[in-house]
Amino acid sequence: MSSPAAPPSILPDARPRLPRGVRLVHNEAQGGWMLLAPERVFKADQIAAEIVRRCTGEASFAAIVDDLADTFGAPRERVEADVAALLQGLADKKLLEL
Amino acid sequence: MTTDGRPNGHAGGNGQPPKPLHSPLGLLAELTHRCPLGCPYCSNPLEMDKRESELDAAAWARVFREAAALGVLQVHLSGGEPASRRDLVDIMAAACDAGLYTNLITSGVGVTEERLRELVDAGLDHVQISIQDSEPKSADLIAGYAGAYARKRALAAAVAALKLPLTVNIVIHRANITRIDELVAMALDMGASRVEIAHVQYYGWALKNRAALMPTRQQVEDAVGRIEPLRKQHHGRIVIDAVVPDYYARFPKPCVGGWGRRSLNVTPAGRVLPCHAAESIPGLEFWSVKDHSLREIWERNPAFNAFRGTAFLPEPCRSCERREIDFGGCRCQAFALTGDARAADPVCHLSPHHHVVERQAAIQEDAAYVYRRL
Repeated sequence: MSSPAAPPSILPDARPRLPRGVRLVHNEAQGGWMLLAPERVFKADQIAAEIVRRCTGEASFAAIVDDLADTFGAPRERVEADVAALLQGLADKKLLEL
Repeated sequence: MTTDGRPNGHAGGNGQPPKPLHSPLGLLAELTHRCPLGCPYCSNPLEMDKRESELDAAAWARVFREAAALGVLQVHLSGGEPASRRDLVDIMAAACDAGLYTNLITSGVGVTEERLRELVDAGLDHVQISIQDSEPKSADLIAGYAGAYARKRALAAAVAALKLPLTVNIVIHRANITRIDELVAMALDMGASRVEIAHVQYYGWALKNRAALMPTRQQVEDAVGRIEPLRKQHHGRIVIDAVVPDYYARFPKPCVGGWGRRSLNVTPAGRVLPCHAAESIPGLEFWSVKDHSLREIWERNPAFNAFRGTAFLPEPCRSCERREIDFGGCRCQAFALTGDARAADPVCHLSPHHHVVERQAAIQEDAAYVYRRL
């Protein structure tokens, strides 16, 4: 994508969610988690799936980061940067609403 | 996405499927070849299936269940004009019940607001509307249908009002290629979150109309050059996907992601194809869902195994470092332009037949369109 190189920053109280027409499914035949979107399909690795699953529109970005840092015992700053990069990338492709 | 292409057996071999085989991701369901429009680049074959031969809704329901069991995630309900089927809502409901992500690919003519609502209630996920130009008169002339432009805009408004995601598909050729900016602006105005700028692919009807559709090299370069600036300009508002103009490319496209690799196509009468143009290649026998399960066809139909992987490829593809990227290009195009479906796609500048493409691209005639008619 053509997004600028500046590090993505997402407001702590943003409530990311999948827009209508985008959904995450688990499919054995395709070998795991897949993100389905208008005429596009993306394979989601385990980490991406863990992040996207939490984007329900209810949990805030800060809460999602807390939850992931807690669940995987990883440093919060690192988790925040990784999650922000992933979510911004999805938003750029219109696969996520922030 | 995984992208490994595995070499395997040829047509007429022992019928054993290569292992392991990819599961298809997408199914193009051509519900009917009937359509009110007559676009001169229609992707339907020249020999179309008649209404009497169309699969009924119960047969489609079985196909969708078998597709889901095979790993298919998305179904594209297309045609012809899918709304030409009176039982479209039943067919949509069956696709949704099978757990598939559903995409309605429509001309926009024949889908009333009421029917759209019924389709949404049945579970429709996404709509793609084709539109021929941003100039109404030109759009109607290309479609061969007076008033088509206005009806497409009206359906797009209804889709937007229901907050359904919308893709606008625009096929690009000589009559509209100078308006890429206007076409993207129109898609935004229609409420689309995604637009396909799809340069004509020359098969079937488009091949028949090639000289009337062919743009000049300068026009193609200008049009392709607009895509990145437009992506920057509309970043975050609309996704712009571009299908490259084949005849002016240096390398061929990995057609449908590789033959029998990621997708399959079911014709109105139930024949299963690796792509919508596959029947243009003689000597391949395509099986029908009336006689076989989708899994049997995917794994065992010799026509599906004919060009899987890269082992069938002659030089210059066989030793090419791009052979696992584009699989030597498109089999239908190789056949259409060289008479040999195994040959390198002559779009490739390395093909010994590339001069055929260069010669054809140089022929532009302002001839009247031969409209697609059933």
